[in-house]
Amino acid sequence: MLAVLVRRLLNVVPTIAAVVALVFLLFSVLPGSFISGMNEDGRTTIDPAVMERMRKEMGLDDPLAERFVKYLGRTAIGDLGTSFRTREPVTKLIADRLWPSLKLTFAAMLFAIAIGVPLGFVAALKQGSVLDTASMVGAISGLSLPKFWLGLMLMYLFALQLKWLPSFGYGDGGLRHLTLPAIALGVSPMALLARTTRAAVLDVLNADFVRTARSKGMGESRVVTWHVMRNALVLVVTTIGLQFGSLMGQAVVVEKLFSWPGVGSLLVDSVFQRDIPAVQGCILLIVFFFLAINTLIDLAYVLIDPRIRYG
Amino acid sequence: MTTPLLEVRDLRIALDAGGRSHDAVGNVSFSIGRGETFGLVGESGCGKSITALSIMGLLRSPLSLAGGAIALDGREIQDLPAADMRRLRGKRIAMIFQEPMTALNPLSPVGRQIAEMFVLHERASWKEAWERAEDALRQVRVPSPERRVHDYPHQLSGGMRQRVMIAIALACGPDLLVADEPTTALDVTVQAEIVDLMAELCAAKGTAVLMISHDLGLVANMCERVAVMYAGRIVESQAADAIFAHPRHPYTQGLIGSLPLLSARSRHGRQKLREISGVVPSIVAYPPGCRFNPRCPAMTDICARDVPMAESLPDGGLVRCHHHG
Ligand SMILES: Nc1ncnc2c1ncn2[C@@H]1O[C@H](COP(=O)(O)OP(=O)(O)O)[C@@H](O)[C@H]1O
Ligand code: SF4
Ligand SMILES: [Mg+2]
Repeated sequence: MLAVLVRRLLNVVPTIAAVVALVFLLFSVLPGSFISGMNEDGRTTIDPAVMERMRKEMGLDDPLAERFVKYLGRTAIGDLGTSFRTREPVTKLIADRLWPSLKLTFAAMLFAIAIGVPLGFVAALKQGSVLDTASMVGAISGLSLPKFWLGLMLMYLFALQLKWLPSFGYGDGGLRHLTLPAIALGVSPMALLARTTRAAVLDVLNADFVRTARSKGMGESRVVTWHVMRNALVLVVTTIGLQFGSLMGQAVVVEKLFSWPGVGSLLVDSVFQRDIPAVQGCILLIVFFFLAINTLIDLAYVLIDPRIRYG
Repeated sequence: MTTPLLEVRDLRIALDAGGRSHDAVGNVSFSIGRGETFGLVGESGCGKSITALSIMGLLRSPLSLAGGAIALDGREIQDLPAADMRRLRGKRIAMIFQEPMTALNPLSPVGRQIAEMFVLHERASWKEAWERAEDALRQVRVPSPERRVHDYPHQLSGGMRQRVMIAIALACGPDLLVADEPTTALDVTVQAEIVDLMAELCAAKGTAVLMISHDLGLVANMCERVAVMYAGRIVESQAADAIFAHPRHPYTQGLIGSLPLLSARSRHGRQKLREISGVVPSIVAYPPGCRFNPRCPAMTDICARDVPMAESLPDGGLVRCHHHG
């Protein structure tokens, strides 16, 4: 178990290094900068001498290689630089947004799992029934709805019309404010999970060992609880991991729409302000979250699948 | 006359494909006495497995029972309510499958998979069931069963897994064991061990066996009587020694001619190892008349026109051929 843990963690290191390098290079070769952007909006003009001094301070004129090495060094010790915009450390900016982001991501995933997995199970067990067809049509629509549109509809219905829930904002961070954005974010992973679960259960129901179970004289409900469920879940866990991991990135639109103060809306704001250190920090966090979740999922596999435990 | 343990009468199995119903198995009749070992032989695809599954009541779409009767101890079971059939399955009729690799649940310890039998059929507690599972493993001669009960299937070899399958099948002392090619997927070296183990345990418990195989040599060694199946029909059935001494049907003759063990003898007489030419036709494209006619060396006009009827042989067997020997 420990060996597996160490191995997985070591596997992640090169990935992180590659991502850090990519994020740095991408923003170094892009044209335009925070400072040139200050002039472009036409509202302010800055003295060229001041601009020159700022460029120096920010180290924008140093050779690329030098900046890269510095960047790597800083990032390695957890220093993500200083925001161009607020002059605060990026780590602090992100730390302020992390908790709302995690809350939204976990709530959306919880919603997706709690509804998608049971729905997929029932659809598979009642294959061909009205319920099966309805839920799969629902799943396909859920997958194809743009999050933005879905969010607007939820806002319109539950906030403006029914007035059950607040339409946007973080409020006290409680369930009332969390519900709508979490659903808007959770519907597409929920739909995907419903489909994956259904396919997995149908797959397992055709397995030889299920026929063996029936030949032992087991009723269908025992066949499902004793032999189908775990095997199907093993197949579903991968999808859960991939969806969960990418959810913080998927949240960008939803956070912006609902004015949710998460990493996603920080990212959008920073992009528009050309606040490159903050953008880099947000992207690193989103990627790191993806890697962390998938490492956790790998470990979960070790717990649920004996073939990996001993293999 | 005593009622046989299992009697299959005029079994018909339909396969639905492309909106049509095809005759996958038909006119299949045989019976097995208490404690008897009965062999069912034929090339792959001739309908042995689905015949076995129909006895278990486990045919699933696109296959279905289209007619005939299956009687256990004289009581017809083919139309039994699902709950009653479940009580027979595993308890009175048990089955072993061809693929020991996939027939066991990969996420469940083998002990648990044996223990389920006692919980299902004998209302044992899980604790008691686990203890009995260990005994069951010991009976099928798995070394250090007290440790092996906790193993997962992937930790066992193919032969060991098939022993586990035997332990599961025999756990509740069934009257009939349906063994569908139990050794086909195993190494040649362990095949004999598994067959001997099965034969020994079943003989000790008086369990009747329906031994299914494509290997006539194996079946003839184990069984008192043998039925040969071709394209969904039993084409010949006889006592095991008689079928070797006097194969009546051209297909059986072909099977015996292609047996490597016996062909050692024929090579002595400078005869080449014969093989049946051609392949089993697909269910959707059986020829008219005798289904064996495209491959049969003795075929004549009537074979392509008329379906041969089953003809009783004086010693109790039957053969289905216009020109049988
Ligand atoms: N689930 C199924 N769907 C469609 N055809 C099947 C199915 N199971 C068996 N068959 C067909 O029925 C025939 C008999 O199969 P089977 O009983 O497995 O043969 P055997 O066990 O003698 O090799 C074959 O032609 C096979 O293709
Ligand atoms: S009936 Fe004709 S074709 Fe069929 S086995 Fe006999 S001789 Fe051959
Ligand atoms: Mg078969």
